[in-house]
Amino acid sequence: MAASRRWGSSISQRPGSDRVHFPGAVNSKFTTDMSFLKSSDLPAIPTYRVIDSDGELVDKTRGPPDVSDEEILTWYKNMTTVSVMDVVMFEAQRQGRLSFYMVSAGEEGIAVGSAAALTPDDVVFAQYRETGVFQQRGFTLKDFMSQLFANCNDKGQGRNMPVHYGQNYPRIHTISSPLATQIPQAAGAAYALKIQDLQDPNREPRIVTCYFGEGAASEGDFHAALNIAATRSCPIVFLCRNNGFAISTPTLEQYRGDGIASRGIGYGIDTIRVDGNDVFAVYEATKEARKRALSDGGRPVLIEAMSYRVSHHSTSDDSFAYRARVEVEDWKRRDNPIIRLRKWLENKGLWSEEQEKETRDSIRKAVLKEFSEAEREKKPPLREAFTDVYEDITEEAREQMKELKRILEKYPNEYDLRPYKDGVNGLD
Amino acid sequence: MVPLRPSRALTSRVLRRYYSGAPSPLAKLNLPIDYKSTSLLHHTPSSLSGVADFPAAATSKRLNLFQAVNSALRTALSTSDKVLLFGEDVAFGGVFRCSMDLQTEFGSDRVFNTPLTEQGIAGFAIGAAAEGMKPVAEIQFADYVFPAFDQIVNEAAKFRYREGGTGINVGGLVIRMPCGAVGHGALYHTQSPESLFAHIPGVRVVVPRSPSQAKGLLLSSIFEHNDPVIFMEPKILYRAAVEHVPNEYYTIPLSKAEVIKPGKDLTIISYGQPLYLCSAAISALEKSMPGVKVELIDLRTIYPWDRQTVLESVRKTGRAIVVHESMINYGVGAEVAATIQEGAFLRLEAPVKRVAGWSTHTGLAYEQFILPDVARIYDAMKETLEY
Repeated sequence: MAASRRWGSSISQRPGSDRVHFPGAVNSKFTTDMSFLKSSDLPAIPTYRVIDSDGELVDKTRGPPDVSDEEILTWYKNMTTVSVMDVVMFEAQRQGRLSFYMVSAGEEGIAVGSAAALTPDDVVFAQYRETGVFQQRGFTLKDFMSQLFANCNDKGQGRNMPVHYGQNYPRIHTISSPLATQIPQAAGAAYALKIQDLQDPNREPRIVTCYFGEGAASEGDFHAALNIAATRSCPIVFLCRNNGFAISTPTLEQYRGDGIASRGIGYGIDTIRVDGNDVFAVYEATKEARKRALSDGGRPVLIEAMSYRVSHHSTSDDSFAYRARVEVEDWKRRDNPIIRLRKWLENKGLWSEEQEKETRDSIRKAVLKEFSEAEREKKPPLREAFTDVYEDITEEAREQMKELKRILEKYPNEYDLRPYKDGVNGLD
Repeated sequence: MVPLRPSRALTSRVLRRYYSGAPSPLAKLNLPIDYKSTSLLHHTPSSLSGVADFPAAATSKRLNLFQAVNSALRTALSTSDKVLLFGEDVAFGGVFRCSMDLQTEFGSDRVFNTPLTEQGIAGFAIGAAAEGMKPVAEIQFADYVFPAFDQIVNEAAKFRYREGGTGINVGGLVIRMPCGAVGHGALYHTQSPESLFAHIPGVRVVVPRSPSQAKGLLLSSIFEHNDPVIFMEPKILYRAAVEHVPNEYYTIPLSKAEVIKPGKDLTIISYGQPLYLCSAAISALEKSMPGVKVELIDLRTIYPWDRQTVLESVRKTGRAIVVHESMINYGVGAEVAATIQEGAFLRLEAPVKRVAGWSTHTGLAYEQFILPDVARIYDAMKETLEY
């Protein structure tokens, strides 16, 4: 079938036609002007913003964002929560109390603003710097801390490195360290939602949102994902957090051309670039993208959200080995999604210095409370090292569990099982 | 791919903690490896002179593993203009500091950052090698090599065979990657995929155990063999293992195992970091069983491997244990044990044992229970000797 359709369209090179009718480019005009397209000759894709760095509406002719004050205050508290938790956990890692951490500084607005435009039934695939998405989608401080300390309340059964959170509903698939692997998966998931929603017309249609960084967009998986999502008309919003750095590698060594947004256009995908420091711009763009993703039977949309990674890549990184401290300080001073929203709220008379202090204090207290409870909690039982590899534990693995138990019992002084729930019996 | 890419390099100054259970306060076997006293490292320059692989009358310097790799790369870059060095974050020195200062010394034409794409890095390296360069490509973590699997398995490994009479090959290609557990790498900063590569004829798979071994084996991979090499560096040793390393150019042959401790009663075959666990277990066992002497062999090259050194040893001792960190199922131990069974069956006094990672993923909280430790190796030796 497919083959005959292809033949059908490729033989229509009519004599005297002014345009190409080859199957691979169906509406291209012939020209005698031999000109090569040059990316740098084209105007750069503009960056959508709603408010400026003083928290004022840029376009006075339009109305304010269509969001209730209450909701905006929730966003602000969620962004602040991420920021406060980041400071506490970064320091805790420095003290050796957890093995690893990654902060979101400068990108809280992208995460919270985009997640706010989704419905709880929408499905999220993320990379690792989307703590705000979890916060906005109901992940609790206890959930965060249980994961970070790999204790027995962690949904990941203590298996994953810190910040590899996951939640069943509203669904955010558990973070996987390899970069970009989630992007084609997200396209497939979006296709599954599309088919299911077609099969059940009573159901509110859903989309997938997939987050990744501009570094991950260099992986083959990114290109595979955009292309397959376009050809299968998947209801998906790809959200690239372009923060300027992949660990030490600046964007200049990561790609040429006009950012990640220009890739979207190449794949025939509706694309917008937004100011990631402007939570309203991110929210509005994601809301519109969601609408588009569900129109005409589904289609992918790409959002490139611009920001600057003011933090180190992770607690394992010292970014001053490859960029100047002054550059970072300059960015911190210049703009920040939290301060910008705070200015908006203050301009509206919705926020005061007093509320700010009170809110930060209470968030910090709540974080520290969950921190110390989670840190004291037992690790999951040892059997969780072997479960979930397959649906059922294999005969081979059962024998290995028995052998491990024999060793633990024969050499009790060699192992400290006190941190683990049920000690050696946790292997039963 | 980079996920977290925690550069241990930059963190190890910070207080070291155990996230997968601390060592037991009563432990006598499962103690942290004392790299300062282990007999596996050259703590003084004088011990270098007895080793055939090292240049005679060499001057030496105390280096850790990342410094030794850096020294090898510097030596390679200055030995031949054909050598290129690239990968993710290589320009500023690499997340493990192996390429420190090399861009400054050799210029950004020869030492450079690539975009974040392992398949791209591997393919780019294969192409450069096919046209006569000696590319040394870095994959940031062995856990992230899998997008490059197609390029390695279907292209690098088959290049010479496919080209046949044209004679074109990708000799000089080296793909380096840090591998192995550090105690808190969990699922994606811990893996040792050597057996996956060792299944593929056409690539050589090398795992050095120490700084001085790494330098000689890496230079050998770049200059002495015209085959593509997968060079896996146990990343826990980057800072932990410090020893005297000759300053000069020297090579250690690939596909040649080394008997690092002679013995008569039992042969232990291992490679990379677990050799330190084996060495500690052997010391404890030889103390508790006077008269027993255990032979310890470092495979060094996982494939094509030195079958004769292993068979000769087992024909002598009659007992063998294979130790490795990655999963036991279809691992290197299976191949070595099967070869021993075929080649030394009538000499065997006990079944060949394997001490290796269990057949699961390395969950963060369970790492110390999943990977081999001194107690498990000690127990396996006792069982094998008392069989």
